[in-house]
Amino acid sequence: MNTADQYLKAIYLVQSAEDGPASTGAIADALDVSPASANEMIGKLEREGLCSHEKYQGVDLTEPGIERAREALQNYCIIERFLLEVLEVQDFRSEARQLEPVIDETVADRLDTIIEREPQCPDCFNPEADVCGLLELEADAAD
Amino acid sequence: MSLQSPVASDHQLTRLLQIGVVLEEVVEARAAKHAREADDVDAEVRAFLEDAAAESAGHRDRLEALIEDLEAETIPFEEIKTLVEEQYEAEGDFDGVLYDQLCNEETAYKFYDDLIEAIETSEASFGVDREHLLAVLTEIREEEADGVEAVTELMEGRG
Repeated sequence: MNTADQYLKAIYLVQSAEDGPASTGAIADALDVSPASANEMIGKLEREGLCSHEKYQGVDLTEPGIERAREALQNYCIIERFLLEVLEVQDFRSEARQLEPVIDETVADRLDTIIEREPQCPDCFNPEADVCGLLELEADAAD
Repeated sequence: MSLQSPVASDHQLTRLLQIGVVLEEVVEARAAKHAREADDVDAEVRAFLEDAAAESAGHRDRLEALIEDLEAETIPFEEIKTLVEEQYEAEGDFDGVLYDQLCNEETAYKFYDDLIEAIETSEASFGVDREHLLAVLTEIREEEADGVEAVTELMEGRG
């Protein structure tokens, strides 16, 4: 997943949590980057028609932006599920975060052929816990 | 969530190599299954799929040697083969089989390309020789590129 997709996913999750535009500060916090870096990438995404940014209000994803963000989120869910179900990694949340930049959509699609994933994915994602809500339940049950 | 380097330690490198092993195992299991079971597959395509499965097994061996050097464990092929069988939903027709193989080769190429780039931009030192690691991955990536070309030619020749 490239950096732009990681930003789109972060904006999507912040918007879901806040039920409105995402502030630059919240986006920067979510990605652990400086507000200046976040601003630079937001400008780039805006020029590509993936989001709109109003000063003092925040960032809103456009329809194409939402579509790409949801794909990125789905890839992230696949990585988390793959780590837990196939590689049996207990710390799958933090490892998925580390690995997501190098796992492209095509690779995630192939990994998806050997995992169990619910049809409602990625709507079951829990933004606060940064994990698929269903997977969280499965992991808790396995503990 | 963060934008840190994905290959900053032996642990992370091992995990990515394990994912490479699983991808090769998926390719091997699917290609072998198609060669064995798909309907309407002629001798040329069957031989092609068998070669592709054998090549993936070779790649897996080389990745496993790196994982062993990092003193970690691999993922047994039988385990992945079972998962492939359980989740398998491919069409048995001719185009489906070759298209699936094209996806296999393209996916593997993309994975190694991204992994090589991530290692090259990482400043971490690893428990395996960096030059050897990159040489092995680059060689496998080139074989995947050749695989994409070969399956494309085979598809176009029958289009």
